[in-house]
Amino acid sequence: MFRLEARPQPSRFWIAVTPILAVIATMIAGGLMFAVLGKDPLASIRMIFWDPLMGEYAFYYRGQLLTKAGPLILIAIGLSIGFRAGIWNIGAEGQYIIGAICGAGVALAAYPVQAWYIFPLMVLAGGLGGWAWGMIPAILRNRFGTNEILVSLMLVYVAQHLLSSMALGLMRNPEGMGFPGSRNLQQYPSAANPELIAGTGIHWGVVAAFLSVIVAYVFMSRHMTGFQIRLMGESPRAATFAGVIPKRVVTFTLGLSGALAGLAGLFEVSGPAGQITIDFASGYGFTAIIVAFLGRLHPIGIMLGGLLMALTYVGGNLVQQQAGLPAAAIQAFQGMLLFFLLAFDLLSAYRVRLVKREHR
Amino acid sequence: MMDLSAISPAALVAALIAASTPILLAAIGELVVEKSGVLNLGVEGMMITGAIFGFAASVETGSPWLGLVAAMIGSAILALIFGVLTQYFLTNQVATGLALTLFGLGFSALIGQGYTGIKPPPFPRLDIAGLSGIPFFGRALLSHDYIVYLSILLVAAVWYFLKYTRPGLVLRAVGENHDAAHAIGYNVTRIRLMAVAFGGACAGLGGAYLALVQVPQWTEGMTAGAGWIALALVVFASWKPWRVVLGAYIFGGVSILQLNLQAVGVNIPVAYLSMAPYIVTIIVLVIMSGDRTSAPASLGRVFHASS
Repeated sequence: MFRLEARPQPSRFWIAVTPILAVIATMIAGGLMFAVLGKDPLASIRMIFWDPLMGEYAFYYRGQLLTKAGPLILIAIGLSIGFRAGIWNIGAEGQYIIGAICGAGVALAAYPVQAWYIFPLMVLAGGLGGWAWGMIPAILRNRFGTNEILVSLMLVYVAQHLLSSMALGLMRNPEGMGFPGSRNLQQYPSAANPELIAGTGIHWGVVAAFLSVIVAYVFMSRHMTGFQIRLMGESPRAATFAGVIPKRVVTFTLGLSGALAGLAGLFEVSGPAGQITIDFASGYGFTAIIVAFLGRLHPIGIMLGGLLMALTYVGGNLVQQQAGLPAAAIQAFQGMLLFFLLAFDLLSAYRVRLVKREHR
Repeated sequence: MMDLSAISPAALVAALIAASTPILLAAIGELVVEKSGVLNLGVEGMMITGAIFGFAASVETGSPWLGLVAAMIGSAILALIFGVLTQYFLTNQVATGLALTLFGLGFSALIGQGYTGIKPPPFPRLDIAGLSGIPFFGRALLSHDYIVYLSILLVAAVWYFLKYTRPGLVLRAVGENHDAAHAIGYNVTRIRLMAVAFGGACAGLGGAYLALVQVPQWTEGMTAGAGWIALALVVFASWKPWRVVLGAYIFGGVSILQLNLQAVGVNIPVAYLSMAPYIVTIIVLVIMSGDRTSAPASLGRVFHASS
């Protein structure tokens, strides 16, 4: 028999160790899954976790790593601040899409003017778009008590339909010979978000992501609002006594996470993706939820978690091409990782004691 | 050209009932789960898993019935992963439910690889001799397949179970106050696990109906938010079984209406019409969210016997 004893304080040791344990457990379970699919488990795991970093063509894949980690980290930082307060924005995917549409909209409206101020304006529009989309669940929750989980999620589907309408209608490239999709912003220098240092995969979005990690770290550990957010998540009643205004925290966290997701979308559409297309949304908004938990809702952890998750993306592509593993396998793999993370979390909040079965 | 007379009311009602059935099934299952005090946000993941399990099993065996059984078992097992994590590993229910959805979407796509573009074996339709010929009502209400009637029976059974039986009372007690229920000697964890498994089976059935009867074929991510709408329905219904039916038919009506409006060529872009079910869900949530009193008091709270 096992008995669980609640720890007076979460164990710092286990908080740091559980993500590593979870990754190992996922590798084992994922290896089993690959074996069932008829692939060599060891080779597949090596291809996901090792080859993109140290393999023969690593120089090519290492760059992709940062490109993929950028949006994941940027979105997850925003989400984690809300999660800390017990406010669940799970519609980051929608805010990401709206940010991209707004940012690209500025660029397409300005085309073909070449000026230094176009890209900053796009950044502003992208952030504002995501912020506005995030404010919808915030206002509804504050005003009517509507569940922000369901509203933010419903808005993802609305955003996706809006995206396809944009790609097929308003934003379609007039010189695109009828193909869906907007002009390619990479070929419009004033609006492009190019790789800053060749071969590294660093674009403005990656820079923004690392900046957000630093700012979030200082903000959450040193700033009064950061403290209030943590307090509200840990003890809502105590928070109100301490003068925290819950509605303000809701507005702030949903708005902030929306804005960061919108920025991620803007940097993606002007950089790696290049254009508004029907399949522009790639699920970063959902994967970022896993990243936030993988990083224990802590900025530094999120940075590492984002890099690890980017690795599974890049490595996933590699197994797809070389071992013929389906793209969905990686999604299942990432879901599994979240399961293990949550399960091992038990070790940091509770002490597991082996006890002899008591006779009653 | 727009021609609204091309929409037949009887066919519309028949179509909306069929379209509502998957979310109705998933929602009535989730209602039982939430009544036991557990919030499982993994409905979407369980539905899509049920869809592919049901589809694959009926294609392989040739029997749609075996498909339904496989869907229910598969989704119930998936739901039990959630159950074990939240009940024994005391994980956060919101996060675990999300994990279930993310995993279910990936896992189903993985299994479903070889099944795109295949037609499943046809599902038998229940034609009651003589009745289906009645004008309007025959077409609208009395010419459906078994699952449509089963879904209504299930709602009735859940209503009766929760309201008039002793186990139903225990389940509600666990959902209202798990510490008190534990103190009187009920096994909170076991009751919740059973409720979670039941919810999974219902969601799986709903997903299988979608893939086997309503569409009928398999495409990745085919539930397209139906599971989330089912979650919203439970809130809309204030945790009352019959109001789930009403809600499901309203949502079914909206989605069928927008499809029909697309078909007759109303002057609104298709993308905007397709948004309608989601926007209506938000509006309904806003209207209903004033009423918080009917939510089970222990909903979403972690239960640990020693604390």
